[in-house]
Amino acid sequence: MQTFDLGEQGLRALNSALHALRGQTNMTAWEVINPKGAHAIAAGVDAPVEIIVRGSTGYYCAGMNKQATIRVKGSAGPGVAENMMSGVVIIDGDASQYAGATGNGGLLVIKGNASSRCGISMKGINIVVHGNIGHMSCFMAQSGNMVVLGNAGEALGDSLYEARLFVRGSVKSLGADCIEKEMRPEHIAMLEDLLVRGEADTKAKPEQFRRYGSARKLYTFNIDNASDY
Amino acid sequence: MCGIVGLFLKDPKLEPRLGAMLSDMLITMSDRGPDSAGIAIYSGAGEGRAKITVQSAQPEADFKALDKDLTTAISAPVTILIKSTHAVLDVPHGQMDAARAALGQLRPLVKIMSAGESIEIFKEVGLPRDVSRRFDVAKMSGTHGIGHTRMATESAVTTMGAHPFSTGSDQCLVHNGSLSNHNGVRRELKRQGMTFETENDTEVAAAFISHKLKDGGNLGDAMEATLTDLDGFFTFVVGTKNGFGVVRDPIACKPAVMAETDEYVAFGSEYRALVNLPGIENARVWEPEPATVYFWER
Repeated sequence: MQTFDLGEQGLRALNSALHALRGQTNMTAWEVINPKGAHAIAAGVDAPVEIIVRGSTGYYCAGMNKQATIRVKGSAGPGVAENMMSGVVIIDGDASQYAGATGNGGLLVIKGNASSRCGISMKGINIVVHGNIGHMSCFMAQSGNMVVLGNAGEALGDSLYEARLFVRGSVKSLGADCIEKEMRPEHIAMLEDLLVRGEADTKAKPEQFRRYGSARKLYTFNIDNASDY
Repeated sequence: MCGIVGLFLKDPKLEPRLGAMLSDMLITMSDRGPDSAGIAIYSGAGEGRAKITVQSAQPEADFKALDKDLTTAISAPVTILIKSTHAVLDVPHGQMDAARAALGQLRPLVKIMSAGESIEIFKEVGLPRDVSRRFDVAKMSGTHGIGHTRMATESAVTTMGAHPFSTGSDQCLVHNGSLSNHNGVRRELKRQGMTFETENDTEVAAAFISHKLKDGGNLGDAMEATLTDLDGFFTFVVGTKNGFGVVRDPIACKPAVMAETDEYVAFGSEYRALVNLPGIENARVWEPEPATVYFWER
């Protein structure tokens, strides 16, 4: 286990050390102590390592992550796992706005609540939120899956493309072009897997979720739909 | 961007450390706004006394013998505590308005930062660390306080454009964001008798709340009204003699984190600002909801 004291050694040193890990490495287990809300902790990692951050983080923790498993034993500030490519990011507490924004791949798990704009413009990432998500979540989300055990705020999935949204609780309102869709067997199977990987299988069953997706009316501008924009 | 910090103490034992805790929090937020910094501290006043905090670009000339000149002008004892470009005038409570009027006559270039039974405001162009040192904020005690470090968007980088803004007795407001309908609201408030020192959007928000409080509303009602009448981006933190409030606009893109323990309620633009507070490990930490008013009164 490599223990890194962020208060003593500083952010640049941490991220340089993590960026130096390429491909296979013997230093597979990392622990970051004293994060104290610092920005960009473990951003840009590209190696199959496990990183535990012992405390809460600031902006852009685990941004652009590839391959790594990063667990935050606290809450995360804005833009956690932004543009993640692969790997797993688990937040034990809450996440601030635009968690998982533009994520291309991998799995983001938020065990508390996520605030506004969670999964905005997501492009293939899977996001599992044990609590609630805030307003404008999944705005213009292109692909990937959003799984919410709690409730969704206003304007869920506004201007949605092909991301699939699963919400167990209430949805305050759906955004433009987002509609409820039927749950088919393949969705149940996929949820089963995501709930296990999202450490949520003891809390929820796939059958409890409703699915939301795009009505596909706003992909290209059509004058007949002008009032929907 | 801008950085906001705030601290409302529930445990009187922490009061001697208010200035030290608040200035530490503000310095942590320096990279959210390097243009100017300011702090409002509610530290009370002697029995039957009130305080007027003033600022001058020529403090040597303006503050010299100001206590004596004011004492003569209002025929009541006035004392002065000079801190760099600011001075705190201690005046009889009943003669606050008379002292303000006399001040305008005696030292027309002096600006009033705040007035009231408890509040003192210190603000200047520069970094939080320099501004805190200049006014020795770390040594100040008090019941609650608000700090702000500014990245200017809507008006000039000047002392008067720095936050907090005070537009009513013992009231102050700081703002992260920008308002888009401030000119219209300012015109309406002027028509109703409010006066303005700057072209700044935040001063309009402060005056809007002061005007509502003058109409007899409580702090919560006044803050609630900002959600319907003010257009733009905002996270506001507001102080009154006994109260401390927070409200964010419905879009809520300006960050905010709060923490509460049995000893205090704290606000920070980022969690970083809160990490050195006592007992933060076990505090309830949360992000204030959009379009939701939070306030505490003692």
